[in-house]
Amino acid sequence: MNLLNISGSPHVHSDESTKKIMWRVNLALVPALLVAIAYFGLNALLVSIVSVAACVLFQWLIEKFILKVPSTVCDGSAIVTGLLLAFNVPATVDMLWIVVIGALVAIGIGKMSFGGLGKNPFNPALVGRVFLLISFPVQMTTWPQVGGLFPMSLDVTTGATPLGILKEEGMAAMPQAWDLFLGHVGGSMGEVSALAILIGAIYLLCRKIISWHIPVAFIGTAFVFSGILWLINPEQFLDPLSSILAGGIMLGACFMATDMVTSPMAKSGQLIFGFGCGLLTIVIRNWGAYPEGVSFAILIMNCVTPLLNRWCKPRRFAC
Amino acid sequence: MKTFRMGGVHPEENKISNDAAIEVMPVGKQMVVLMNQHLGAPATPIVQKGDKVKVGQLIGEAQTFMCANVHSPVSGTVLKVEPCKDAFGLAKPAVYINVEGDEWMETIDRTPDIKRECTLEPKEIVAKLKEMGIVGLGGATFPAHIKYSIPEGKTAEYLIINAAECEPYLTSDYRVMMEHAEEVCIGVSILRKALGVPNAYIGIESNKPLAIKKMQETAKEFEGIIIEPLKVKYPQGAEKQLINAVTGRRVGSGKLPIDSGCVVSNLGTAFAVYEAIQKNKPLIENILTVTGKELPSQHNYIVRIGTTYNEIIAHSIGQLPETTGKVISGGTMMGKAVVNLDAPTVKGNSSVLVIGEKEAHRNPETACIRCGKCANACPMGLEPYLFSLLVKNNRVEEAKEHNILDCIECGCCFFSCPANKPLTDEIRLGKNKVRAMMAAKK
Amino acid sequence: MTHDILIAVLILGALGVLFAVVLYIVAQKFKVIEDPLIDEVAEVLPGANCGGCGKAGCRAFAEACVAQGNMEGLRCAPGGDAVMAKIGQLLGCTVEQGEPQVAVVRCHPANCGEKRRSNYDGLKSCAFANTVYTGENGCPFGCLGCGDCVAACQFDAIHMGPDGVPVVDADKCTACGACAKACPRRVIELRNKGKKERRVYVSCVNKEKGAVAMKTCANACIGCGKCAKVCPMEAITVADNLSYIDYKKCIACRKCVTECPTKAIKDVGFPAPAVKPAPKPVEAPAAENVEIPVAEKVEVKN
Repeated sequence: MNLLNISGSPHVHSDESTKKIMWRVNLALVPALLVAIAYFGLNALLVSIVSVAACVLFQWLIEKFILKVPSTVCDGSAIVTGLLLAFNVPATVDMLWIVVIGALVAIGIGKMSFGGLGKNPFNPALVGRVFLLISFPVQMTTWPQVGGLFPMSLDVTTGATPLGILKEEGMAAMPQAWDLFLGHVGGSMGEVSALAILIGAIYLLCRKIISWHIPVAFIGTAFVFSGILWLINPEQFLDPLSSILAGGIMLGACFMATDMVTSPMAKSGQLIFGFGCGLLTIVIRNWGAYPEGVSFAILIMNCVTPLLNRWCKPRRFAC
Repeated sequence: MKTFRMGGVHPEENKISNDAAIEVMPVGKQMVVLMNQHLGAPATPIVQKGDKVKVGQLIGEAQTFMCANVHSPVSGTVLKVEPCKDAFGLAKPAVYINVEGDEWMETIDRTPDIKRECTLEPKEIVAKLKEMGIVGLGGATFPAHIKYSIPEGKTAEYLIINAAECEPYLTSDYRVMMEHAEEVCIGVSILRKALGVPNAYIGIESNKPLAIKKMQETAKEFEGIIIEPLKVKYPQGAEKQLINAVTGRRVGSGKLPIDSGCVVSNLGTAFAVYEAIQKNKPLIENILTVTGKELPSQHNYIVRIGTTYNEIIAHSIGQLPETTGKVISGGTMMGKAVVNLDAPTVKGNSSVLVIGEKEAHRNPETACIRCGKCANACPMGLEPYLFSLLVKNNRVEEAKEHNILDCIECGCCFFSCPANKPLTDEIRLGKNKVRAMMAAKK
Repeated sequence: MTHDILIAVLILGALGVLFAVVLYIVAQKFKVIEDPLIDEVAEVLPGANCGGCGKAGCRAFAEACVAQGNMEGLRCAPGGDAVMAKIGQLLGCTVEQGEPQVAVVRCHPANCGEKRRSNYDGLKSCAFANTVYTGENGCPFGCLGCGDCVAACQFDAIHMGPDGVPVVDADKCTACGACAKACPRRVIELRNKGKKERRVYVSCVNKEKGAVAMKTCANACIGCGKCAKVCPMEAITVADNLSYIDYKKCIACRKCVTECPTKAIKDVGFPAPAVKPAPKPVEAPAAENVEIPVAEKVEVKN
């Protein structure tokens, strides 16, 4: 007979694992990926593959040769980073090599330099994205125009994102909210279709990988705040519905702000976190130099996360 | 449906021995009766080598406050009085008895008649609980006579009987409800009288509809017994959570249930109380579930205390299956893994649970991803991930400030952790360190 | 243009002066006056903050030395006599010479594997494992093998051996005592290094009766007292079924080592015997490992 195992209680586990969580997040990102491929064609697929492959490769190399620890690429977290990074860049041929640099920054600086999964203070994909945005402003803002279903040509016409249009051409040129919802607009790969993102988010909610607090607080705050501005001056400010559908708010609120590692753990902290993200996004959009502020808003709130973890304690049972 | 206010998990119930009626386990050739089968100091053996003892005879006397009497579960000759290794391998004072026949004390009423009337006064009831060596059978084995002696200045308002049986696998309480509902209700009435409270509440998880129905029917004939169906959620049967579910009250940090006007006892205790008060039978038997997915058959037994694990296994299933990975005394969430199968059972044992090799191993630990699942699952509203860090870095003072001592060690944090961190182990270690620090300060 | 530059220079300059003044005032106000001797003493100390002296760290030890003015009751084990002499010079007092010591693990690794009854699967912490069960071979006194001592060592001097019992690297060990303190079962003891680093000690702390102890480990001390009888120096005492060799009296004659029926007594630092040692007593099966001195860390095939 085998030796008896000994351990303290409990002797049973929910069978939940980091690996399962990460693969489920990957699965939740698939609808948005499919929409991106449908709208931007093969380029979208190529950028995604390159980004994911680069992230996985860099993680493996760093773990093997620099940190000299057992590899953890199988847990799927590098793939999540790769996909999110790809979703945050325009689907153009130029991006194929730029995204590799982004992957190096995201994995190397954003994640592994802090000690790997679970220890990074900032969302690695956003670190990579912001680095690229600052280093390659032209390529990062050359948006391909949506070319119908499966445009196989590699030369895609370029155009502006809805928010870019707003900043440069004014309110009149804005696409309709319905187009924004379906994603029939220019923009980063993953952020164009709110619908696809919501499908993924609902899956994550059902699987209890994310809770409603951050997305609702984030989108709600952005909606209310932009609504107030719109009521004050509808000529200058975008209406609230378009505000939350255009740009990266949906992607950011559902997939990036909810990143377990970099968001607060207590529910109250998550509400404050989401509120801060929403507020900062609208502030940056309307008064900042960039047309889009989701990345910066989330990264800034990432800084606040440790403080929120300290302040927002779960309510104790026994007082 | 009533439940406690925060946290909790829902492990697979696995109540596979639900339908196995309670059988009587035959008495072995030799019994080893440990002297500390309860919380507190060991009882003092009052028999010597060569003494003849009868079933139910006092062999270990409670000589300190926090202690309980121990009685002989068999008749025969005392072989020796020396330490015996318990289920975890630690030597404990014990009395070895060679079994000869089955001669019971004359005072014990062995007739099958159910005796309803109890004429004893509350104080007499408590004195008899002490005499009969009754302890809490929910796992903590707290001496019953201490629990039912309400300290000066405090009043009991609620008597709550824990029949939630929220632990996976365990079915002994369920079987007792199904087969001895009336005796249990009499026992509850006696406890209610001892406390002088108007109502007693029996909390049963709603995954036992038959037991709820049976108890409700039986309780109609009794005054002041209310059946409370509870939501199926672990740890519904934890003392503080049960009080919260039934009364809505909360037991404060470092406080006892009586501070909130509640007294909680296990259903098994109520049955033992009936036998002790009405039938003069001391606590010499356990109701044990023998279960496990790997086992060919599932059983519920009445076992004399002092029967070894090996004897129970031999009688019920012959031998442990080849694939056995772990033997647990208790349920999978809070039970204790057994090392020494030659050890005798003690008061408060509720099961012999056999876990297969595959399920017995913990998965390797990975990095914490700060998902906060542990904090969400914690029924006490604590932050297990934080304790893990503090304990690892020996920041004991801070762990205390974050109320590590509130932890009830229910295991919800480890159960829900996707990184497989042994959070419950770490918190237990932290609690020990905090207690050591507090003792050193004194 | 010049105007703008001038304003910028002036503002920055003014700010600089302002901060300098504030910093100066704060520095003066919260100045801590400390005996410079503390710094000097702290300089001499090894600076590992091992806590072996019983103080919170090297700095605390230095403060205690200076506050006390002499070295009575204070000793830095890792620093040894050299450091102590230097501190003595600084303080202008005499320092007692101490015998160099080393940590010794008093548990036999050789038999744990064979008599293993269980497999520990919980938190890798001896302090915790000690509350859960007795140990993988069922010995309630012996090493638990989770490595609390390894984690406690600041000097990389103790490592988990192949048999799950820690091995002390005598060259690196500074006898700070951190491992002994970390061990929940007090298996580790500080003993004198001995002449030519030769040591003899009872490698068992099991206080159970002989027969019970033998069940869990073939090399357990059964408290028979044979060693005490052969000892010419009366260095061996037997209490609670356990024999103990007083290292202050022991002359490392090794008579007890050959006498011990269970090979519970270990000798370390002696040259390995060229031929097979004296015929083994019947009761000690499979005890080839015992003669290998720990310090040499020879890999042994079982």
